[in-house]
Amino acid sequence: MDSNPKGNIIEEVTNKDYEFGFVTDIETEFIPKGLNEDIVRLISKKKGEPEWLLEFRLKAYRHWLTLKQPDWAHLDIPHIDYQDIIYYAAPKKRKELQSLDEVDPELLDTFNKLGISLDEQKRLSGVAVDAVMDSTSVKTTFQDTLTKYGIIFMSFNEAVKQHPELVKKYLGTVVPHTDNFFAALNSAVFSDGSFCYIPKGVRCPIELSTYFRINAANTGQFERTLIVADEGAYVSYMEGCTAPQRDENQLHAAIVEIIAETDAEVKYSTVQNWYPGDKDGKGGIFNFVTKRGICRGDRSKISWTQVETGSAITWKYPSCILKGDNSIGEFYSVAVTNNHQQADTGTKMIHIGKNSRSTIISKGISAGYSQNSYRGLVRIAPDATNCRNFSQCDSLLLGDKCGAHTFPYVQCGNDSSILEHEATTSKISEDQLFYCNQRGIGREKAIGLIVNGYAKDVLNKLPMEFAVEAQKLLSITLEGSVG
Amino acid sequence: MDNTDNIPETLKRRILDYGDELLKRKAGEDTAKVTTLRNEALEHFSQNGFPTRKMERWRNSKIIDNLSESYQLYEEQPSHDRKDFCCVIQDFDTEVITMYNGRLADDNILRTLDNGIIIGSSRAAMIQHPDLFDKYFGSCRTDEDNGFYDINTALWQDGFFIFVPANVTAEKPVQIIKLIDNVNNPLIQTRNLIILEENSNLCIVDCDDTMSNNASLVNSFTETVIGENAHLETYKLQNLNNETVFINSNTTKQLKDSSLMSCIISFNGGMIRNNVHVDLDGQGADTQVYGLYLMDKKQHIDNQIRVNHNVSDCNSNERFKGILDDEATAVFNGHVYVAPDAQHTNAYQNNSNIILTSSAKVNTMPFLEIYADDVKCSHGSTIGQLDEEAMFYMRQRGISKANARMLLMYAFAAEISNNIKIDKLQERIDDMIKRRLKGELSSCDTCVFHCNTPKEYNFEIDLSKI
Amino acid sequence: MLFSIKNLHVSIGGKEILKGFNLDVNAGEIHAIMGPNGTGKSTLAAAITGREGYEITEGEIWYKGKNIIDMSAEERANEGIFLSFQYPVEIPGVSIQNFMRTAINAKREYQGLPPVSMVDFLKTMKEKQAMVEITDKLQNRFVNVGFSGGEKKKNEIFQMAMLEPQLAILDETDSGLDIDALRIVANGVNQLHTNDNAFIVITHYQRLLDYIVPDFVHVMYDGRIVKSGDKNLALELEAKGYEWVKGLMG
Repeated sequence: MDSNPKGNIIEEVTNKDYEFGFVTDIETEFIPKGLNEDIVRLISKKKGEPEWLLEFRLKAYRHWLTLKQPDWAHLDIPHIDYQDIIYYAAPKKRKELQSLDEVDPELLDTFNKLGISLDEQKRLSGVAVDAVMDSTSVKTTFQDTLTKYGIIFMSFNEAVKQHPELVKKYLGTVVPHTDNFFAALNSAVFSDGSFCYIPKGVRCPIELSTYFRINAANTGQFERTLIVADEGAYVSYMEGCTAPQRDENQLHAAIVEIIAETDAEVKYSTVQNWYPGDKDGKGGIFNFVTKRGICRGDRSKISWTQVETGSAITWKYPSCILKGDNSIGEFYSVAVTNNHQQADTGTKMIHIGKNSRSTIISKGISAGYSQNSYRGLVRIAPDATNCRNFSQCDSLLLGDKCGAHTFPYVQCGNDSSILEHEATTSKISEDQLFYCNQRGIGREKAIGLIVNGYAKDVLNKLPMEFAVEAQKLLSITLEGSVG
Repeated sequence: MDNTDNIPETLKRRILDYGDELLKRKAGEDTAKVTTLRNEALEHFSQNGFPTRKMERWRNSKIIDNLSESYQLYEEQPSHDRKDFCCVIQDFDTEVITMYNGRLADDNILRTLDNGIIIGSSRAAMIQHPDLFDKYFGSCRTDEDNGFYDINTALWQDGFFIFVPANVTAEKPVQIIKLIDNVNNPLIQTRNLIILEENSNLCIVDCDDTMSNNASLVNSFTETVIGENAHLETYKLQNLNNETVFINSNTTKQLKDSSLMSCIISFNGGMIRNNVHVDLDGQGADTQVYGLYLMDKKQHIDNQIRVNHNVSDCNSNERFKGILDDEATAVFNGHVYVAPDAQHTNAYQNNSNIILTSSAKVNTMPFLEIYADDVKCSHGSTIGQLDEEAMFYMRQRGISKANARMLLMYAFAAEISNNIKIDKLQERIDDMIKRRLKGELSSCDTCVFHCNTPKEYNFEIDLSKI
Repeated sequence: MLFSIKNLHVSIGGKEILKGFNLDVNAGEIHAIMGPNGTGKSTLAAAITGREGYEITEGEIWYKGKNIIDMSAEERANEGIFLSFQYPVEIPGVSIQNFMRTAINAKREYQGLPPVSMVDFLKTMKEKQAMVEITDKLQNRFVNVGFSGGEKKKNEIFQMAMLEPQLAILDETDSGLDIDALRIVANGVNQLHTNDNAFIVITHYQRLLDYIVPDFVHVMYDGRIVKSGDKNLALELEAKGYEWVKGLMG
């Protein structure tokens, strides 16, 4: 059989446009535009939240008021009027849903178009999906199977009701509301998201997955994901996202928190494909996301893999706090920008535990008029002896109007750790292109081939379901970018 | 925190007051351009003040926290007898400029050599050659975020001046010996100007030494213009006491097919900040910036290297290496910028560090900012220790642990000193590196070249056998 | 006639390299082109295969009844022109298998055929690998990355076998090969040679021609052919050296 089934994907791609950009015609429930304490209270009330969570939100909101939108990233962010955003939009529910049959067929159709089937097919392929649309979790498949293992995987909202003690214990412990402007905003207005808890010693037998979609106009999406792997637990978690094509920009400010206890391992994979705006830079999602994991226990491991192809502007640094001794942090990233997209993305590896290790592989690809920056911090605390970091951040430029930038920050505070950082910037060589041409492969296909090869080290880290999609996306994103 | 915040404020006020006074006093002497720039700089400084830790390029700087409010802003003419520090390197003949606390200390403060080269005091150059001076003074670009440039431009009194006319190759290197005898806790402003007209060649050896153990702030600013197809080599040797705060700023503008080879060796110094800013403004320009720092005790070194590829077909190569002992701290921020359409750029940047103790710290930030696609740019940075395996290998061959360490450190450092093109100078500097690594080279009260001990220094082991 | 070059003039960056080159090749023939370094042999290969930057200022290249000078490199490849590169480039991350499948399907698409099935493809791969004694392991490596000189050339011949060209140009295929690799490469070529295809073997030395026996030998100097003959010309050239060629120029 084919030992490399991912290989041939490029030629299957025919659709040059953003293919997920349809607006689903589903009745949506909005709250008024703008942000104030009443709105925060209203969101909390809509969700029937307990008092402590409302307090959490209000505290965050009050702190947010004292903050300024950060401007240190290599991004040109247009003015955002935070009072012109709808902070809560949910598909209207007629009643509580008990099974998939009761979910709005049009909604199901949407997810089918996205390639996320919420039905038996996924059961066969072993993926549990929680789909979040315009901030509200629609349905989590596979509840029963997971319950058998004691695994909790449900919408954030449900988790607040069913497992308040767990949510309360972990919420905001990795990304406190004071962390940054967007984290404070999210903490005040988050509407839903996914919650996942893997109990001690359990190896989650299936991939868990959340699909996010922004549907309604003028809305922001502020989901919150919390993943806890208790001692010795393992989980592989995938996140995907899409949004319809719209002329105006939409805000997405999410938080993901991951906690890995002693000997636990969490593998988090994202394929980010928010609407990037049109070829002139009109519209598109502002993707300002705070993702962070803590390796709290010894020998724990958190691995981030991201393929970033969408969004008009991306501001995102999935990070690891390596607190436990011998803990491991990994960051594998492919970030593609085309047309007028801007991305400032990277990671932070904070080594606190002894013998902790981290690996960073970042592959940036810029085309069109886009700007693509890697920004990363590796910090070794004075007591974190015998740590090891290796970082490799490569940039590939396609076209002479784009930019590729690398901003690494490397800090070492002891004499037993070793840190290495290397980076190269290059373009696809004419020799490589001609070699492909001479074998009958046209320019565009050759570029797809070479770019996928360039990103291979990262794509290989993705679960199979995602790898195929990611490869397609890479090629689609770059189509038409090279003359 | 609040307490220390006031020091820059107080100092700032003193500097502004002094600047106003100076402007009046110098009105007759300064050229029009110098007056204008002094005014602008004062204005800019009054608005922006000293850099703060909140600024990206000053975030890790210890200098800001260690300013003193009582620096002497001005000293009268130097009274030092230059015979005290006559410097000779065997077989290394140089044209010497000596400076004492930022002022020319030679009898003849500005001299024109046979081939038309002018060397000496920048103040004298301004007075005697106002047109030439004004043509180049203030013509190089600088970084916006550095208040020390403003202070220098506003308050400078003297410095060195070197002019090499077109088609002239300087026969001898120019050696600048700058001594600081900081009895009165001075703020020393040195303003230097180096001009190489087209097709000229020059080598500069630039030594900074302290003669006492008192505190001072040295704020040196050198502008360099390298004309078409002109070539400059510059070696900076910094050997300062542990109380000195030394800000060494260099901004260079390179025209077509010119080359710069700069090597900064920091042997000692309480706090050193090297700002190196190179604008590659002409195609075919080539720049090599090397640095070596050997820091111990509580010493702090901060190298800020900015190379702008503003046009196509230029090369740049940055290599900085450092060894940190005791509680020393090092900061490296390299920034390579490649402008849109600056195609066929080759840029390389590397910073390697060896940390010898658990209390030394390194912060390294090698940045690339690239807006053109047909480029070859790469960078690397490492922080680590001496290679255990190499250590063991040598010890297995009977070399003592201490010597093995020394050899490895020397080999690490020699990668920088190997780039020195003048053999005699390289020998001398290698010798100093060895002494420094052995702890025998401390900040001295004579010139960095140790003329009193011309005997070459050797380790117990023949290096060639390794 | 399969292939014919008429009065070809090619410049690189304004400098004329080929200065009136003529060559006629019939199906079933093997032509060797020999000549000293810098005489335009590799430029000829690049001009035939449509490499950018090689400006054809005069002349025609006829292949299967069409003048191909306006065709893109990939069109020419899909028409059946193959170049075994003197210096095959490395393409990191792209496996040979993936690369070949993409190439074969590009050709099939050009011919209006559906993509090759995975089963057939793998079967062909296996067959053709055996022809140049390539182990399975090599196939999963990235295109030319970390290959030895011999492996790179074997890989070129393997790709030629996969793509079944009608006109194959071997550019200095013998350079950097030890005697075993040379034998393997030559065997591959001889097996692929039929009455329907033709080979142009560009080489510096006579050695390769002991293994791949040419029907015609052309000596090239200063951008054109200065002498043609049968295989004995190669021996004569080897014996007399390239100085002799300069003499021919008079």
